[in-house]
Amino acid sequence: MIQLFDLTKKYGSFTAVDRVTLSVPKGALYGFLGPNGAGKTTTLRMIAGILRPTAGHVLIGGDDVVRHPLAAKMRLGFIPDRPFVYDKLTGAEFLRFVAGLYGQEGPVVERRVDELLDVFELATWKNELIESYSHGMRQKLIISSALIHRPEVIVVDEPMVGLDPRAARLLKDLFRGFVGRGGTVLMSTHTLEIAEALCDQMAIIQGGRIVAAGAMADLRRQHDAGDLGLEDLFLRLTGGTAAMELKQVLEG
Amino acid sequence: MKQPGLVHVLTPKWRTALTRARQERASGGRGKAIVLAVVGLVFWAAVFGVLFRVLRYFKNTEEIGALLAGKLLGILLLSFASILLLSNVITALSSYFLAKDLDLLVSSPVDHLRLYLAKLLETVIASSWMVALMAVPIFAAYGVVYGGGLLFAPWAAAVFLPSLLLPAVLGVAVTTILVNVFPARRTRDLLSIIALGAAAGVILLFRIIRPEQLARPEGFRNLLDFITVLRTPTNPFLPSEWVSKGVMTYLTGRPDWLSVLLVWSSAAAFIVLGAWLHGRLFTVGYTRAQEGAERFVRGSFWDWSLGWVLGGLGPSRREFVLKDLRLFFRDTTQWSQLILLAALVFVYLFNIRARPLFRGERVSFYLLSVVSFLNLGLAGFVLAAIAARFLFPAVSLEGRQMWLLRSSPLDLRALLWSKYWVGTIPLLVLALLITILTNVLLKATPFMMGVGVATIIFLTLAISAMALGFGTLYPQFETENAAQIPTSFGGLVFMMATVALLTVIIVIESVPVYRYLRAAYEQRPVEVTPVMVGAFALAAVVCLAATVIPLRVARRKLEEYEF
Repeated sequence: MIQLFDLTKKYGSFTAVDRVTLSVPKGALYGFLGPNGAGKTTTLRMIAGILRPTAGHVLIGGDDVVRHPLAAKMRLGFIPDRPFVYDKLTGAEFLRFVAGLYGQEGPVVERRVDELLDVFELATWKNELIESYSHGMRQKLIISSALIHRPEVIVVDEPMVGLDPRAARLLKDLFRGFVGRGGTVLMSTHTLEIAEALCDQMAIIQGGRIVAAGAMADLRRQHDAGDLGLEDLFLRLTGGTAAMELKQVLEG
Repeated sequence: MKQPGLVHVLTPKWRTALTRARQERASGGRGKAIVLAVVGLVFWAAVFGVLFRVLRYFKNTEEIGALLAGKLLGILLLSFASILLLSNVITALSSYFLAKDLDLLVSSPVDHLRLYLAKLLETVIASSWMVALMAVPIFAAYGVVYGGGLLFAPWAAAVFLPSLLLPAVLGVAVTTILVNVFPARRTRDLLSIIALGAAAGVILLFRIIRPEQLARPEGFRNLLDFITVLRTPTNPFLPSEWVSKGVMTYLTGRPDWLSVLLVWSSAAAFIVLGAWLHGRLFTVGYTRAQEGAERFVRGSFWDWSLGWVLGGLGPSRREFVLKDLRLFFRDTTQWSQLILLAALVFVYLFNIRARPLFRGERVSFYLLSVVSFLNLGLAGFVLAAIAARFLFPAVSLEGRQMWLLRSSPLDLRALLWSKYWVGTIPLLVLALLITILTNVLLKATPFMMGVGVATIIFLTLAISAMALGFGTLYPQFETENAAQIPTSFGGLVFMMATVALLTVIIVIESVPVYRYLRAAYEQRPVEVTPVMVGAFALAAVVCLAATVIPLRVARRKLEEYEF
C-alpha cells in the first residue's frame, strides 16, 4: 500500500534520509522505529507530501505522491507529532474544514464529526475554540481529523505523545480495528513496548538508512538475536551502549 | 547563589538574532541589506532635509527662533514618548507574560530583579529601536543648524537615551497591573482595540482641527501672547521638556545640567519603583497569563450568512473561505485594524473635500480633471498599504498549519484562489467607494469617472495579486503577530513594486487623458484615436500581467516550500 523506492532527502550536504526502500503491505500495522534524528519524521513527511524528496519515489496505493499528489493524498490521513491547528476555530469547525479539503460535506460529515468527537471524548468541547484545548485534546482532535474522510492509509508520527492512558488505549484499539477492516497504518514511535505489542512488521532506521525490516521473528533471525526483546535488539542495532553509561553519569 | 548576568539571561534572544543575521548573510542576504540600507538612508536624508530647512528658517527668525526650535523638539519628543508608552505596554505583554522563554526563566532560580531587568532591556530594545533611529536625523539637523560640534552627538545621546527608559518602565508597570486584573490574552485583545482606537481618534482629531489653517496670517492675533506661550514649557514635569531643554541649552552655549540630572535620576528612580512593583505583582500576573483563553464563540454566523452564497464553490474552496473569515473576525489583533482603516478612509475623503478647489476663485475644469486623474495614484497607494496589511501576511499565517494543507489533497490553486478573493473583494469594494466618492466630490466628468473606475478595478486586481505573490515569496512563518509581517523586507519590496506599477499605469494613461483634456479645453469633440485605445489596452495588459505573474510565481513557490 505504501512503497518507498530509494527515497532520499538532503539538506545541503547533510543526508537526512538515504536511499530508503520499504514496502508496507495493505492491511498491516507497520512500525517505523529509530533513535532521535534518525530520519523518521523526514521520511513520514515525504510520504505525506509535505517534503519533496531529493531523489526516489513514494507510492500510495500505486499513485506517486509527487506526480499525482491529489490522488495519493485522497487515500491518506496524516497525524503529525506537533499538534499545530487553527486556534480560533472550534473543534467541529476544524473537522468540517478538513473534510472540506477532501471534498466531503453535508449530513454525512456532520454525523462523522459527532461520532469522532464522541469517541475521543471531545463532544462537550465541540463548539469551543481550539485555543482552550490542552495538548492532549489537540492531539485527539488531529487524530479525529485524520479519520474524518475515511482514509485507506494512516501515517502517524509519534501517536502516543500527550495522550492520557485511556486515549492511548483507545488509539491502539482504533488502529487495530482500522487494520482489521483492511486499512494500513505506518506509525513511527519511540515506545518500543507499543511497537512490539501492536505492530505486525517494523523497520528500524538509523542515520537515514534502514538497518532492519520485517516481522519481529524475522528481525531476530536476521540478527542472530535469539530471544532478545525489541528494546535490546533496537539498542544493539542503533548503537545504544550510551544507555549503559547513563548510570555512571547520574552517579557523577 | 550567584545570579546570572543580564546578558546571560538574554542569551537565547541575542544569539538567535546573531544566528539569523549570519544565516541571512550566508543565503545571499547582501542584496537585501543594501536595499534596506538605501531605503533607510533615503528616509533619514528626507527627515534631515525637511527639519534642516525648518530649523534654518527658525534660526533666521530673531527673538523667537530658538524658542520655536525648542518647542518643536519638545513636541517631537512628546510624540515619541506617547508612541513609546503605547508600544511598551504592548511589547511588555509579550516579553513579560506571553514569551516562550518565560517557562524556563520562571522555573529556574533567577531572582525577580534579574528577570525584571533582563526583560526590561528586551522590551526597551524591541519597542524603542525605531524611535531611536528616527531621532538620529532629528538631532543631527539640530546639531548642524545650531553648530553643536562633534561633542553634541554624545551629549544628545546622553540626554535622550535614558528618556527611553521612562516610558518602558511605565509601560511594563501598566501591563503588569492590567494582567493582574484581566487575563493576559484578554488584555492583549483589549490593548489592541484601545491602541488602534486611540490612533484612529488622534488621526481624526488632528485632521478635523485642520492644522493648515494655522498657516493663515489672520490666525496670529497677538504676537506677545504667542511669544509668552512659547516661553512657557508645556509642562515642567514632562521628561520630553527636560530632554528638549538639555539639548537646546547645549546648542545655545549654556548647558543645563539640571535637565540631564533630572532625566537620569528619574530613569533610575523609575527602574527601582518598577522593580518593586514587579516583585509584588509579577507572580500573580504570570499565573493569570496562563489562563483565560477564550472558550466560547457566538453561533455560526458565517455559515448561515455566507454558506449559501458560497454553495457553488465546492466544499474545499467554501470551507477555506469560511475558515479565513472566521479566523480574521475572531482574532482581535486582526479585525481591530479595520478601525484604523475606517479612520484613514474618512481622512482621505475629508482631505479631498477640504481642498480649496471650490472656494474663492473658480478652479478650471482642467485642474479638477488632473486632480481626479492623479488621485488614482494616491488611491492605489492607499490600497497597496491595506493589501500589505491584510493580504501580504495571508500565506505566512498558514505556516504552522501547512502540514495539514500539504498532506491533504487540497489543490494549491484553491488555496491561493480563496486567499486572493477573500482579500480582493473587500479591497475592490473599498477601491470603488473611494474612487467614485472622490470623483463625485471633484465633480469629475463621465469620461474621467469611467477612466477612474476602470483603472482602479484593474489596479486592485493587480495589487492584491502582488501582495499575495510577494507575501508568498517572502514568507514569515515564525511570526505569530500578523501586524509585524508587512514590516518585513518582503513588505518593503512589495510596496516598492506597487509604487512602480502605479507610476507605469499613470504614465501610460496620461497620454489618452491628456488628449481628452486638450480636446475639452479647445472645446472640440473628443476624437477616439488608435493611440488612445492602445494606451488603455496597454494599461490593462500591464495590470493583468501584474495579476497573473505574481499568482503563478506564488503557486510555484508554494509547491516548493518544505515544512
